[in-house]
Amino acid sequence: MKIPCPLCGARDRREFYYMGTDDYLLRPSDNATEAELDNHLFLRDNPAGKTQDLWYHETGCGSWMVVSRNTITHEVYGAELVMERKKEAR
Amino acid sequence: MRYSGLKVITQGLFGNKGWGAAWRSPEPKAEYDAVIIGGGGHGLSTAYYLAKNHGLTNIAVLEKGYIGSGNIGRNTTIVRANYYMPGNSEFYSHSLKLWEGLEAELNYNVMHSQRGQLVLCHSDGQRDTLARRGNAMLNQGDDAELWSRERVREEVPYLDFEQTRFPIYGGLMHWRGGTARHDAVAWGYARGADQRGVDLIQNCEVTGIDIENGVVKGVQTTRGPIRAKKVAMIAAGRSSQVAAMAGMRLPVESHVLQAFVTEGLKPIIDHVISFGMGHFYISQSDKGGLVFGGDIDFYASYAARGNLPMVEHVMEAGMTLMPMIGRAKVLRSWGGIMDMTPDGSPIIDKTHVEGLFVDAGWNYGGFKAVPASGWCMAHLMATGESHEVARRFRLDRFRTGHVMDEEGTGSQHNLH
Amino acid sequence: MRIEGKGRIDRSKVVHFTFDGRKYKGFKGDTVASALLANGVKLMGRSFKYHRPRGVLTAGSEEPNALVEVVGARNQTPNVRATMQEIFEGLNVRSQNRWPSLRFDLLSVNDLLSPFLSAGFYYKTFMWPRSLWERLYEPVIRRAAGLGSLSGTHDEGHYEKAYAFCDLLVVGAGPAGLMAALVAARAGADVILCEEDRLLGGRLLSADSNIDGKPAGAWLASVEAELRALSNVRVMTRTSVTGAYDGGVYSALERVGLHRGPRPDLPRECFWRITAAQVVLAAGALERPIAFPMNDRPGIMLASAAQTYLEKFGVVAGRRVVLFANNDGARAVARQLMAAGVSVAAILDSRLDASAVEDCPVYLGAEVTDTKGRLALREISGRHAGGAFQIDCDLLLVSGGWNPMVHLTCHMNGRPRWEASIAAFVPMADAVPNLRAAGACNGAFSTLECLAEGAQSAQSALQALGRAGGVTQVPRAEGLPYAITPLWAVEGKGRAWLDFANDVTTKDVKLSAQEGFASVEHMKRYTTQGMAPDQGKNSNIGALAVLADATGRAIPETGTTTYRPPFVPTSIAAMGAGGRGAGFAPQRFMTSDQASRDRGAPMIEAGLWYRPSYFPKPGETTWREACDREIAYVRHAVGVCDVSTLGKIDIQGKDAGRFLDLVYTNPFSTLPVGRVRYGLMLRDDGYVMDDGTSARLADDRYLMTTTTAAAGLVMRHLDFVHQAHCADWDVRFISVTEAWAQFAVAGPKARALINSLLDQPLGDFPFMAVGDVPLGSVSARLFRISFSGEEGYEIAVPTRYGEALFRDLVARAETMGGGPYGMEALNVLRIEKGFITHAEIHGRVTAFDIGAEKMVSGKKDCIGKRAAMRPGMLGPEREQMVGLKPLSEALITSGAHLFEPAADLTRVNSQGYTTSVGYSPMFGRYLALGFLVNGRARLGETVRLVDRLRGIDVPCEVCDPVFFDKAGEKLRA
Repeated sequence: MKIPCPLCGARDRREFYYMGTDDYLLRPSDNATEAELDNHLFLRDNPAGKTQDLWYHETGCGSWMVVSRNTITHEVYGAELVMERKKEAR
Repeated sequence: MRYSGLKVITQGLFGNKGWGAAWRSPEPKAEYDAVIIGGGGHGLSTAYYLAKNHGLTNIAVLEKGYIGSGNIGRNTTIVRANYYMPGNSEFYSHSLKLWEGLEAELNYNVMHSQRGQLVLCHSDGQRDTLARRGNAMLNQGDDAELWSRERVREEVPYLDFEQTRFPIYGGLMHWRGGTARHDAVAWGYARGADQRGVDLIQNCEVTGIDIENGVVKGVQTTRGPIRAKKVAMIAAGRSSQVAAMAGMRLPVESHVLQAFVTEGLKPIIDHVISFGMGHFYISQSDKGGLVFGGDIDFYASYAARGNLPMVEHVMEAGMTLMPMIGRAKVLRSWGGIMDMTPDGSPIIDKTHVEGLFVDAGWNYGGFKAVPASGWCMAHLMATGESHEVARRFRLDRFRTGHVMDEEGTGSQHNLH
Repeated sequence: MRIEGKGRIDRSKVVHFTFDGRKYKGFKGDTVASALLANGVKLMGRSFKYHRPRGVLTAGSEEPNALVEVVGARNQTPNVRATMQEIFEGLNVRSQNRWPSLRFDLLSVNDLLSPFLSAGFYYKTFMWPRSLWERLYEPVIRRAAGLGSLSGTHDEGHYEKAYAFCDLLVVGAGPAGLMAALVAARAGADVILCEEDRLLGGRLLSADSNIDGKPAGAWLASVEAELRALSNVRVMTRTSVTGAYDGGVYSALERVGLHRGPRPDLPRECFWRITAAQVVLAAGALERPIAFPMNDRPGIMLASAAQTYLEKFGVVAGRRVVLFANNDGARAVARQLMAAGVSVAAILDSRLDASAVEDCPVYLGAEVTDTKGRLALREISGRHAGGAFQIDCDLLLVSGGWNPMVHLTCHMNGRPRWEASIAAFVPMADAVPNLRAAGACNGAFSTLECLAEGAQSAQSALQALGRAGGVTQVPRAEGLPYAITPLWAVEGKGRAWLDFANDVTTKDVKLSAQEGFASVEHMKRYTTQGMAPDQGKNSNIGALAVLADATGRAIPETGTTTYRPPFVPTSIAAMGAGGRGAGFAPQRFMTSDQASRDRGAPMIEAGLWYRPSYFPKPGETTWREACDREIAYVRHAVGVCDVSTLGKIDIQGKDAGRFLDLVYTNPFSTLPVGRVRYGLMLRDDGYVMDDGTSARLADDRYLMTTTTAAAGLVMRHLDFVHQAHCADWDVRFISVTEAWAQFAVAGPKARALINSLLDQPLGDFPFMAVGDVPLGSVSARLFRISFSGEEGYEIAVPTRYGEALFRDLVARAETMGGGPYGMEALNVLRIEKGFITHAEIHGRVTAFDIGAEKMVSGKKDCIGKRAAMRPGMLGPEREQMVGLKPLSEALITSGAHLFEPAADLTRVNSQGYTTSVGYSPMFGRYLALGFLVNGRARLGETVRLVDRLRGIDVPCEVCDPVFFDKAGEKLRA
C-alpha cells in the first residue's frame, strides 16, 4: 500500500502512522457539549466505501494529511496536507 | 437427531444415509416476536439463549450470506478469561464457564480445549501489569499462575531465551484458557437454536429497519419485509451500516485483522502462547496447523484482507520469540473485519429506539465472548434489563467518561 | 525407468541422495520425485486422515501426496514437495506421517474405520465424559493428525528479504510470459520475469510443439538468451510470486539455496517485495484429476505430470500405461509416450464423440470404475458401451481438463468467472489493478493463443506505462481448439477422492450437502476439502461440481471459495527474515553505554533503549546491595545517572509559549526566561498522556522534555495539534533527543561536583533554573531539576561529548563518596518522593486521579480539558494515587490489589492496586505507590495489600505519595 504524501510523493505505508477519520480535525471548544465531544472523539460514520482519514508521515516529513481512500477496495484517490485544508477553512 | 459416538457407529454401518440436515432452511415468515440481524456467533448464541433461557422461540436470525460467514469463521480460536477491568472481568469469566459446558449444552463437539494460555512478559513493568491482571483473575474466581523465567523455560523450552530482542522475564499462565473449533461453535448454536424452533434465514440481507414514532416495527430484507416486535443488531463487521439504518452513529471504526495458518505438523506447541512485545499469539490446531496472528493493519478497512507490513511484522515476532517455527510454511492468510471501539470493550445495550438492541464493538475479542454475549443479549432483549455481568457495556459510556480501556491506549479506535 | 535421449537433466553428473535411509542415484536437474520414479520408487507418502499409501500425482508445487521431510544437520524441514525439491549430493529425505515405516503404517487402520470417520464425524462424538477431551481424545487426535515434524530447535538457517521495483512484472515464463517479457523488454521497459521452476519454458518443456516451424526448444533458447542479455530484464527462476497486495506490491519467494547443500554464503530463501507498475499474469493452468473409485493409488498420476517426467527428466513411472481423459489435449501424452517406446495399454476417453486415431486400443464413452494394488497400481477396471473390462497396468494417467491459475487475481477479493466452453473458472478482468492475465491462466490453452495473448498483454501494459514500441511479430505455433466434455466423478462402489491430501471423497461432499452444509464455504469447512497443503489446487473445482450436482445447482450458482495468499506455502522464516534474535526491533544505545558495560552493569530494555540496571561492586552478592549503595550516593553524597533517553523537543517561534499553553494543562507562556516548569499533558480524551519539564531558553524558544516511553507519541501529538489546530501560529519544533547527552547529578554534593567542572562556580542558580555553562570549549546546558528529592542538576552536552562527560562525572563523584546509579536506584529514589512514571500514568489515569487537578488551569483552554470534565472522570468513586507503607518489614509487590482489612478477596471488594514498589533504605521497608478508591480521603487508614499470585498479604498504611520532604526543602537547598 502506498500513500501519496503531498510533499514526498508516493511512499510505502510503513512510513506512516494512521489516526482515524478527519472528525478529529473539528476540535470542540472547552465549553462544548457532551454530544459535540462524542462526535469528535468517539462516534464515527465508519463508511464502507469512500472515506477521508488522517495519516502522519512519521518517518518522512512529519506532515499530517487527509487521505481520500476507499475502505473496501483500498484504492487511494489522493491526499491533502492538514495545514492546507485548515488554511482553506479559514 | 441427537449426536453420540454410538450414532456415529450405527450410521457408519449403514452408509451414513441417515444423517439429517443440521438445521432447516425455512422461508421467512411475515412476522416474528424478535428478529436478529446477523447469523454469526453472537447472533446465533443470542437466538439460542432467547429460546433456551427465555422461551422466546418465534424468532428469526437473518444472515446475508451463510451461517457463520463472519468473524466466527476467521479468527484464531482463542478462549480465555483474563481481563482485569471490572465490567470485562465478570463478563469473560461468565463466558468461560459457559464454554466449559458447551459440548453438553449443545450436543455438539466444539472441541473446546483448555490447554492453557501463556502470556509472556519482557520487563519488570510488564510483569507488574501481568501480576495485577492475574490477581484480578483470581479475585474474580478464575485461575492464574505467575511463572518465572525458569518455569517458562521448563514448560516451553523452544522459546528463544538467549538471543531474542526482548528477553523473557516470565509469564502469566491461565490454564483454563485455550482454543475451540471456531466453525463448530457457529454450527452448534445454529443447530441448537433451530431445534428450539428458531428460523435461520440465510442469504437474506437486511436493507432497512422500520421505525415508527420511536418504536421498532420490523425490517426490510432482500426477501421481503418482516415485522418484528424486537430487533437486534448483531452484525460485527457491518455494525455501523446496520446501525445507520436506524439513524445511529456507533462508536465503532472497522479494521482488518489478519491471521495465518501453516501446513499440518505433528504436535509441537501445546499451549496458546502470547508474545508481550509486539502482537503475536500462536496455538496449534488439532489438525496440526500452527494458527497465529498479530495486530490489526491499523487503517480503517472493510476489505477482509491485509497487507505485507503487518504480515512481515507478525512473522518477525514469531522468529524472535520462537525461531523453531521458521521452517513451518504458511499455507493461508486471511482477514476479518473488527469493530474497533474507543476503549477496546464491547457494547450490549438498548438504543434510542424502543425494541431495538445492539450488540457490537467486540474489537478482536469476540470469539471467546460468543456464549456470554448471546446469554446477556438474550437477557436484555427478553427482560429489558442489562444482565449483571454486562451492565457496563453501555453505549453512552464514552460520552459520560466511564470507559473500560483495558489497554490504556485512549480513545483512538485502532489502538486497542 | 529412464528413457534415453530425453530430459533436461545432466546425465554426466550423478547425484547421490537418501530416502528413508536408502541410498539412491539421480542426475543433476532431477527432483526427489523424478529421481525416485526413475529408481522405481512409487510410494512416497501417506495421506492425512486414512494414512493411505500415496505416490506422486503432479510434477509441480501443487503436489498433494508426495510431501517429505528434508533432514539437515540441525533442523529438518517438513512438508517439502518431492516434486519441487531438487536433489543435491548428500540430500537426506524421509517420508512423514507414518509409523513405524512408510510401507507399514499402523495408523492405516484408520482406512478400515473410514465408514465411521466420514465428514464432520468428530463434531458428533468424543463429548463424553467431558474431562477426557483434553486428557485422551485430543492428544490421540493431535498425534494422528499433522503431517511432517519440526525439529523443535531454533531454525539456524539464513534467510533474506529484498525489495525490487519494475515497470512490468511477468509472472510465469511459459509461452505467454516469455512473449510478454520479450515484447516489453524490447520496448525498453524494466521487466522482472519470475518463474517458479528452475527452467524457463513452462509447458513448452513438456509439450511436443513447434514454434515458427522448429521445435519449441529452439525458440525458447533464443528468447531466453535475448532476455538474459538485456540489462533492463531481471530473470528470476525458482521464484514463486505468492501474493498480490495494494499499491502494485507483490510478494515472491525465491528458493535461493534449497537446491544445493548448505552454503554459508547463500540464504536458503529470499522473500521479495516487488513493486510493479504493470503486471502480466502468465501463471498457466493446472490439470485436474477425475474422481473415480479408488483413484488415489501410487501409480495414478496426472497425464501432464507424466508428460513432464518424460520430457523434462527422461523418466517414465511405469511400463504399461493407461490414459483416462475427457479432453483432446491428453492424447498428446499417449503419443509422446508411445514415441518414446513406452507401451500404452489403452486410452479410455469418457466422450463418445472423440477420435480414436492412436496406435493403441481406444475406448470411447469409457470410465475407470475401480483400481487394484495396495502400494502400487496393478490393475484397473473400466466400463464402456461394450461392458466392463479389466486392464493390467502399473501407470494410470488421468486428465479431467485444465484449471487456469486464477489465484493471484483473487487475492484482492476478486472472484473468478465460470467459462462453460472450457468448463473452468477464468479471471475477471481488472480484479487486481494494473494486472492482466494472459495465456492458459486466462483460459487460452493453445500455444498460439498463449503467444498472442502474451504479446498483446505486454502491449497493453506498455501503453499504460506511456511507452512506445512493443510491436513484435507473434510466431507461428499450434492453435488447436481445446475440446472437453466435463466429467467430474465416476459413480461406483469404492471411495473416490477429491482432495487427496485431506482424504475428502465424493461421499464426504454429498454427506455435507445432505446435512445442510450446502454452501460451498460450509462444505469446505465441514469436509476440510481445500484446506490441505495444496489449498484445493487439485480438488476445488471437482468438489464444487460434486456439490453442485448434490444440491441441484449449476456450478456458477454454487460459487467458489476464495483463494488467498500465499500462492505456495511460504516459510515463516523467509517472511520473517531479519526478525531473529535482536533483529526484531532497533536497538538504541546511550553515549554512556560502553562505560556502563565496562563497570559490569546489566543493561535492561527501556523501550528500544538499553539502560543500566545497577552498577555492581566486588563483594556484593545481590542487586539489592548495589541498589541500596547507589541510593545512598544520592541521599548522602552525589550520584550520576544518564537520562539521555528522555525525549527532547526544541520549540521555537513567537507563539511557542502560546503553543505550550495549548498542549500542557498548566500555563507556560508566563514562564520567565531561564526557568523550568513541570508540565502535564492530556490526551484528547482527557486522560494523562505524559509529564515532563519544559525550559524557557529565550523569549521565543523552549526545550520540552518528555518521558522515555512517550517521546515519539508526544512528537506526533505536537505535530498534530500544530498542523490541525494552530497551523497559522508562529511556532516550529524538532526532536533533538539524539542531539544531546544528558546526565542527572543529584545529592547533597551535586553542586560541588558541578562546580568542580566549571571555571567559575555556579552563582545564583535556584531550583528550576536553566542556563548555558561552559565546559572548556563546549557549551553545556544546565538544568536544576530533581527526580530524587535531593538537590539535583541535569547537564546536557552535544552527543559526541556524552561518553567523555559521563566518565568524567562518575570519576569526580567517586572522589566525593558517590558514583553512578542505575534504574533500580532511580526507581526507589522517585518512589520515596512520590514522582510518577508511566507505571502510574498508564493511560487510564486522569489529572484528578494523581492529585494534579489544580494543574489544569481554569484560565485557559488546553487539549483534553473538556473531555476531562466528563462525569466519569472525576469523583470519589475513582481510584486516586496514594503511598502505601507496610506496617511490617515484609515484602510487598507491584501488581497487588488493595482490600479493606476484613473484606473477602473478591473482585467487587478490590479497592485498588499497586503500581510501583521499591525497598527504601530510608524507611527500612518497602514502599509502594498505588491507586485506591477515594484514596486521598483515606490517609492514615490501613488496607490489605494482597498479591495472591505470589502469596503476599500485608497490612499497609495509606499515606501521601510523597513519603518525605513534602515541602521540598532539600531540593531547593
